[in-house]
Amino acid sequence: MELVIFSLLNGLVTGLLLFMLSSGLTLIFSMMGVLNFAHASFYMLGAYFAYTISGYMGFWGGLIFAPLLVGVVGALIQRYGLRYVHRWGHVAELVFTFGLAFLIEEVVQFFWGKATKDYHEPELLDFPLFTLFGQSFPAYKAFMILISIGIFIALLAMLTRTRVGLIIQAAITHPNTVANLGHNVPLVFMGVFGVGSALAGLAGVIAGPALGTFPGMAFVLGSIVFVVIVVGGLGSLAGAFVASLLIGWLQTFAISLDYSMTDLLNLLGISFDDEHVLRDLWTLSLPQVAPILPYLLLILILIFRPTGLMGKRET
Amino acid sequence: MGISSKDSGPGGIRSALGPFGLWIAAALVLAVMPTIFSSPVSVTIMNQMGISIVFALSYNMLLGQGGMLSFGHAVYFGLGGFLSVHVMNYVEYDGWPIPLPILPFIGGLFGLVFAIIIGSFSTRRAGTVFAMISLGVGELIAACSIIFVVFFGGEEGVSGDRTMGPPVFGTEFLKEIEVYYLTAVIVFVAAALMYLFSLTPAGRMANAVRDNPERAEFVGYSQRQVRFISFCASGFFAGIAGGLFAINYEILTEENLNLVTSGWVLLMAYIGGIGFFIGPIIGAILLTLLQTVLSNHTELWLLYVGLLFVLTVMFVPSGLTGLIMMHEPALRTGRLPNLARPYLVAGIPLLVALAGGVAVLEMLHHFNNAPVGDTVAHVFGMAVDTHNPANWAVAIAVTVFGAYATVRATPQVREAWSEANDFSGKAEDR
Repeated sequence: MELVIFSLLNGLVTGLLLFMLSSGLTLIFSMMGVLNFAHASFYMLGAYFAYTISGYMGFWGGLIFAPLLVGVVGALIQRYGLRYVHRWGHVAELVFTFGLAFLIEEVVQFFWGKATKDYHEPELLDFPLFTLFGQSFPAYKAFMILISIGIFIALLAMLTRTRVGLIIQAAITHPNTVANLGHNVPLVFMGVFGVGSALAGLAGVIAGPALGTFPGMAFVLGSIVFVVIVVGGLGSLAGAFVASLLIGWLQTFAISLDYSMTDLLNLLGISFDDEHVLRDLWTLSLPQVAPILPYLLLILILIFRPTGLMGKRET
Repeated sequence: MGISSKDSGPGGIRSALGPFGLWIAAALVLAVMPTIFSSPVSVTIMNQMGISIVFALSYNMLLGQGGMLSFGHAVYFGLGGFLSVHVMNYVEYDGWPIPLPILPFIGGLFGLVFAIIIGSFSTRRAGTVFAMISLGVGELIAACSIIFVVFFGGEEGVSGDRTMGPPVFGTEFLKEIEVYYLTAVIVFVAAALMYLFSLTPAGRMANAVRDNPERAEFVGYSQRQVRFISFCASGFFAGIAGGLFAINYEILTEENLNLVTSGWVLLMAYIGGIGFFIGPIIGAILLTLLQTVLSNHTELWLLYVGLLFVLTVMFVPSGLTGLIMMHEPALRTGRLPNLARPYLVAGIPLLVALAGGVAVLEMLHHFNNAPVGDTVAHVFGMAVDTHNPANWAVAIAVTVFGAYATVRATPQVREAWSEANDFSGKAEDR
């Protein structure tokens, strides 16, 4: 029971964090048709900017200004990088974002060094929120959940209830018509890219203290975010939400449930000796395979349901 | 699929030197190189280059010739390598009578087997789906390498000893130079085979499917089948590269099949130029040089590689080879000398600006990271005090001056360029 509740909560934290990244990425993809490999790098930039800003203005200053800064960086990269590369075609755009991810990691190491930064949650949130079965749940994680849900609601309201949101939705499916109606579509693209980057940056700001601020943090999360948006269905915000939670829980439960193949085989009355060539297969356990589960899911989805769980169009 | 290349075959150079001239020249270069660069370090570097060349060429069978952007190509490289090391160990402990030169071929077959399995579902689509599946497979296998300790050896990897096999022509491959000649022969044969593959109907159709899958289907070819064939061939040659790696280093670890290696081969192929057969070779040589030589001189070498890569993608999508081949029309019309002067006028300030920029970056890096009290950075062999504002002023001034002079000279280059490539009117009365 205790295990289930804490796995649920931890999975929720991971899942919502993934959603903050994947929501921006999936929006950007549906507009520009480009999978932005550097999206997780914006997440990393967010954490590092917030670390530096928090040295002057405290955690809350970083929480506000770091995402804004990342958004500006993202918009500039879209305006002067991606838009320029667009003329070389689709593959070049993908390769460009990949190169960007590579470059941003090096730039981060250039300015901040290779070591993990000492970036902490604010003292205000540094206490256990509640204790259950002798295990405590930190208030900072609750804060992370709160922020993520707030962002989700704000994003949904913005997209469906405001004029800007309507223009964005229209520009996704009919960019030329929207342009003919007198809207500046390239500006809309730039804005969406900037906001998406800012969201990734915000995710970095709040994840930095919890998951560590180090140059490899983009790499750790980068591929998982792709899994999320492909599984959810490219371009689908609701799909991204469902897939984020799914992956979050998949990973936390797989780590916390310590079952292995041996248990299963013992149940069936089969046993193998320890010297067999395939012994790794018999001793396979759930926590061991936890890191590969998302990728397995990705491949299965791409083979059997290329539209993703909730996507409308094929990738 | 939108790759802006004119033609994937090196037809231009070939016709200039006769049908086999370039290949004979390449064989001569391979044979003579170790007598020019005979130090053990340079032989090691050349071996590394050979491995990279085969790997990058096999990657370009996908990206350049087939239009498939893969983020998991190291899988076939690594698997081929791992199997080769295991075979090496069987030779040593169980007395399998397998001579060393066969090993890369076995590695290649293993790469081929996995390419058949993975290609059977991943080549259904090109473009983003293919890229995503390759990324997923790459992450999957890389993660598996930590789980399946028997085959992948866990974190320390698997190591072997290449000298235990039956001698070939009296050599047991104890010396690095013997390994060089073995590598050189295999690199030459593999490159020739890959070139021949690009000339077969399968290779030609790969180009057609890359450029217009719909039309290829109307001609009667299944685009999926065409991609599948390219994919399998590419996996085979990547496995050969892996086998070569196993022979050279006698150890394979998780590093050899993870995403970093997959990304590195993309860098090599793209910087070299994916639209040309020779492109990945140039890229592999250049990046191996940067990796081995530049990394001895500066900690920032990966930053420079990253900058080089992003700039290439943005401004020279046809890569370094494309940059060189751009001059072919001017060469043919004999106007290339006209370009020399403007190139010098713009090129020298550009080099000055780059040197200044590098100096600023190096000083900044040293300023941020050096232990307290150590104020002397070494830039281009000069000792520079990073706490002296005058040095900063000089470095920045050099950069700005160089950039300004370059910008001033560009119209001249542009004019000379359009004049050299102008084939209307004026060119007729030559």
